[in-house]
Amino acid sequence: MSALEIKNLYKHFDGIKAVDHLTLSFESGKITGLIGPNGSGKSTLINLLTGIVPYDFGMLVISDTTKLLEIKPYNVSSYGITRTFQDVRLFEQMPVIDNMLVVLTERGVWSSIYEKHKRYHIEKAKEALEKVGLWEKRNELAINLSYGQRKLLEIARALAMNVEIYFFDEPFAGLFPEMIKIVTSVLKDLRAKGKTVILVEHNMELIRELSDHCIVMDSGKLLAQGKPRDVLSQKDVIEAYLGE
Amino acid sequence: MEYFIHLGILVSIYAILGLSLNLIVGYTGLLSITQAAFYGIGAYATAILITSYGVNFFVSMLIGMVIAALTALLIGYVLSKFDGDYFALGSFGFNIIIFSILLNWQGLTRGPLGIPGIDRPEIFGVTVSSNLSFLILSVLTVIIIYGLSQMIVNSSFGRVLKAIREDEKAIQIFGYKTHHHKLVIFMISAVIASVAGSLFASYISYIDPSSFNLNESIFILSIIILGGLANNKGVIWGAVFLILLPEALRFVGFPTDVAAQMRQVVYGLILVFLMLYRPQGLMGEYKL
Repeated sequence: MSALEIKNLYKHFDGIKAVDHLTLSFESGKITGLIGPNGSGKSTLINLLTGIVPYDFGMLVISDTTKLLEIKPYNVSSYGITRTFQDVRLFEQMPVIDNMLVVLTERGVWSSIYEKHKRYHIEKAKEALEKVGLWEKRNELAINLSYGQRKLLEIARALAMNVEIYFFDEPFAGLFPEMIKIVTSVLKDLRAKGKTVILVEHNMELIRELSDHCIVMDSGKLLAQGKPRDVLSQKDVIEAYLGE
Repeated sequence: MEYFIHLGILVSIYAILGLSLNLIVGYTGLLSITQAAFYGIGAYATAILITSYGVNFFVSMLIGMVIAALTALLIGYVLSKFDGDYFALGSFGFNIIIFSILLNWQGLTRGPLGIPGIDRPEIFGVTVSSNLSFLILSVLTVIIIYGLSQMIVNSSFGRVLKAIREDEKAIQIFGYKTHHHKLVIFMISAVIASVAGSLFASYISYIDPSSFNLNESIFILSIIILGGLANNKGVIWGAVFLILLPEALRFVGFPTDVAAQMRQVVYGLILVFLMLYRPQGLMGEYKL
């Protein structure tokens, strides 16, 4: 079953085709590695799929049923999608715990004036922060965390959303080996729970280790897809990726 | 003594204005330069209703709050489509529009002639006639509004406002229609500013549009930037500092022919140095 299907998606910036009539599908309950050289359109694709940037045309199909000609950022979570960003985007001048609680509490204006279920939400925040080893840092401002801790907080924030589809945009970049182990375990846990993970990553070892399926993009188009081992040995992929 | 009571009342009125603007600028990160417009709406609602219709002060204050809320709904709806510098410019424009209305709708506001003879508030048949009793009323109002502001910013609604300030696009991804939150806090802020306007009109007993121009909005902004963005205690101190500083400079001993200008220069220099060496203000938790 497809968790998310993209049909003929197109986006251009100033005449450059960032995503060029792209059609592909992300299988439910799997980790899909999304790779490609810099500028191939991977992050743009995630931005289009999460409403950060509107697409010119095309269609998204979620869980084989919901068809969308456009997607607004504030509707993304209602379709069971969340994400992290390539350049970490935290609520910098807020404590770690507030970075978590803000994605857990009531969304409506009036319902959020009187905070209900605060203890429950703190428990949920604790659960996610403990997974990435940041519970002890809960009262520190996000801006004061190290780069790796900031990446982990962003991942914890995505986990707290408890949705069906997770986009992780280069979650391992700049992490120490211990932190890489934590993120690896988080991704494997999500797969074990039947969640769909789309992983943008440049580290091919990690792609081989974690991905069930691999999609290669180049110049906004689909270059290849299949089992990581097969795809990564294809000549055109090696040429596009490594310039060899 | 009367002089200190007078300063206390002014500090209270500007503390209310600062608290109102801090909700928008300090907590939501929207650089609004239109607070004097809502201050003016409250003041004129009270002035007109008391002098022309003999309405009780507190009823006039309530009506002023409703008018300010509706005006903020309209202005906020337009401004919610902007962010960053464009929001600031748009808000700047609305202050000018409201000021022009106060100045030119002579049938209602008497334009530059202003409205004299505004009565003091009356509570259960007792008029708050002395300045001391008016100070008590003003300080009580500050306490209520401070408590309300603290309740808002410490709620999960307040947490969303801070997240909007930090990264509006990112918080939208988590399911927030942020323009609703921005609109509601803009209305709450306008309502609070209108309360300050009602108090001011009743205290001074005469108002004209010059008290509600762009300079006044910039002065209110200075209070919160100096006192501390996203810190309500800091805002109170900002109001104390900026109201008392020019008064304190009276006693420095500048030659009488340049005293007024020198006070402005010293006042400006202190602000510039504070911004250079403590950009988050005296007690601020957030830098613009």
